[in-house]
Amino acid sequence: MFLQLIVSGISIGSIYALVALAMVIIYKTSEVPNFAQGEMAMLSTFVAFMLLASFGQPFVISFAGALVFAVVLGVFLEFVFLRRAKDPNVLSLILITLGFEMMIYGVASWKWGAEQQSFPFPVSDFDIVNLGPAVVSYLNIVTLLVTLFLMFILFLFFRYTKVGIAMKATQQNMLAARINGIRANRILSITWGMSSLIGAVAGMMLAPIATLDPNLMLDPLLKGFASAVLGGMTTLVGSALGGYILGIIETLFGGYISLQFKSIVAFLIIVLVLCFKPSGLFAKHYVRRV
Amino acid sequence: MKSAGPASVKAAMVLLFNERSAYRGEKNQDQEMDIKRDYYEDIQLLDSKVLWFWFLMLIAALITFPFVASNYYIYMANYMAINVLVTVGLNILVGYTGQISLGHAGFFAIGAFFTVLLMGKLSFPFLVALVISGILAALFGFILGLPALRLEGPYLAIATLGFGMAITQVIGRWELFGGRMGIQAPPLKLFGFYPITTDRGLYFIIVTITLLLTWAARNLMKTKIGRAFIAIRDSDIAAQTMGVNLTYYKTLAFAISAFYAGIAGGLMAFMLGFINPSSFNFILSIYFLAFVIVGGVGTIFGSIMGGMVMTWLILMLDKVQDLTYIGDILMTISERWMSVTGIHNVSSIILGLIIVLIVVFEPLGLYGFWIRTKIYWKAWPF
Repeated sequence: MFLQLIVSGISIGSIYALVALAMVIIYKTSEVPNFAQGEMAMLSTFVAFMLLASFGQPFVISFAGALVFAVVLGVFLEFVFLRRAKDPNVLSLILITLGFEMMIYGVASWKWGAEQQSFPFPVSDFDIVNLGPAVVSYLNIVTLLVTLFLMFILFLFFRYTKVGIAMKATQQNMLAARINGIRANRILSITWGMSSLIGAVAGMMLAPIATLDPNLMLDPLLKGFASAVLGGMTTLVGSALGGYILGIIETLFGGYISLQFKSIVAFLIIVLVLCFKPSGLFAKHYVRRV
Repeated sequence: MKSAGPASVKAAMVLLFNERSAYRGEKNQDQEMDIKRDYYEDIQLLDSKVLWFWFLMLIAALITFPFVASNYYIYMANYMAINVLVTVGLNILVGYTGQISLGHAGFFAIGAFFTVLLMGKLSFPFLVALVISGILAALFGFILGLPALRLEGPYLAIATLGFGMAITQVIGRWELFGGRMGIQAPPLKLFGFYPITTDRGLYFIIVTITLLLTWAARNLMKTKIGRAFIAIRDSDIAAQTMGVNLTYYKTLAFAISAFYAGIAGGLMAFMLGFINPSSFNFILSIYFLAFVIVGGVGTIFGSIMGGMVMTWLILMLDKVQDLTYIGDILMTISERWMSVTGIHNVSSIILGLIIVLIVVFEPLGLYGFWIRTKIYWKAWPF
């Protein structure tokens, strides 16, 4: 029982970790939590669904198409709206992302209605592997592998590529980065594209387990935030670990305490972490200049 | 007559009338000038006879309105008044104190469900149940305000978002609150015997409460508390250095704001007649925030405009396919590329676009637009 719960916790935690990663990438460069993250991922997942079901494309092309769409969507939103904001403060940036959230939600519900679709996926959730007393489905394994792979790629990206280092510089001090010849605006666009891409992966991994409808990512969005807060909004690895921790805590809570109130665990974690260690478990404490 | 009333009554009097109205004895002789010459002139609510005149006209118009308007417009007015109430409350938090809340639908739900439960299960009278629910919402606001002491900006937004979602889910799972199905509002009786069955009857209750609470908010912002809020918004560290007790005032701002949302929620329960938890979702919280932004951050008048205009827009967009021209065009688009059943979601797109455009192009909202128009015409033709 316990082992099984841990295993399911890790597999749902992978999704949270992906959402958290997507969130943190944007937060790291522009200090704005992207509330449209979930809806962007949802729309990309629907694009994959449309390519699969309506146009009859094979999986590879559909998924690649959805990922390309996700990048374009992220860059588009940043370029068309976010960049135009005059003298943006945190409140107005948050509001802009909330506006995106509503717009994308509206588009998806208009196009696909509120009816629930089932998302076809090459790997089944029903083929299982026995791991001692616990069982894992192939889908869980694939999700875990994809998440770890993306984390590894991101680590390399931020460590060794010029763009990754430029992103870090932009986050630390945008003005100084500009002076040193970094095009901060372009960096922000790239950030949004990347984040949207990772979110889309999370959406496509989640869709086969859940049912595909416009509310697909509403709950994972909050969980992603909770993971990011838990691990620290400024560390990539920390926030991904936060996702796994949240997934495990949540399934344990559901298994041993109350399945009904499982969904408030995320909120409790947010509040507790923010009260006692606002910078998160794995991040350095942030200092605010007056 | 003994004037030793309970402290709460006194506090309410101060809110509804004025801080130290006794000091208003020495008034300025020339009223033509727009200059405020002393402090007590500045804190007056209606500082000229012209304003008093228009205020009385407004009251008269509000009283006659339900007798000339059709039922749909009375319904719309009720809806507007409720949304204005939430907007004013949220603006105290967002606009005046500078804290963000994405969880106001949670307070709204607490107000709605507890009013109905207190009346239905414990048979409290309506006004008592409403006030208790408001206070209960304020209590939750106080609790949510505690983490807000250590948080700012994005973190606070996330915490309040989590709160709003958690409240809805807890209410949705709890049998006491009717579970997923929701509960029916009991028949409404004012003062225990006067039954209210029509929208018109409800109109008078809702509009009176909204008017009183808006008035109170306007007055509150001119007292020490309001100035403390504004000081916190402008810089909390500077405010603290000047002796503003952050713990007290931040939690107070949350509590007051939640109180307004709770009262509005209680009224909403009776306007709809039936409430279920899924209608108090995250989107509703965004709507509330949108009302504040569209109206204008940090102005009561802006909140009134924002609440009314946006409510009107939402009601219009609910039946978007019936609009002339636009409806037809949208229908064609729906049939060709989108889906016909989902056409009402156009409202979501348009509202989202409005939020983004307002923030990008007119951060002061409708109020900023109004001020500029006023200044333009004051100096016209120069």
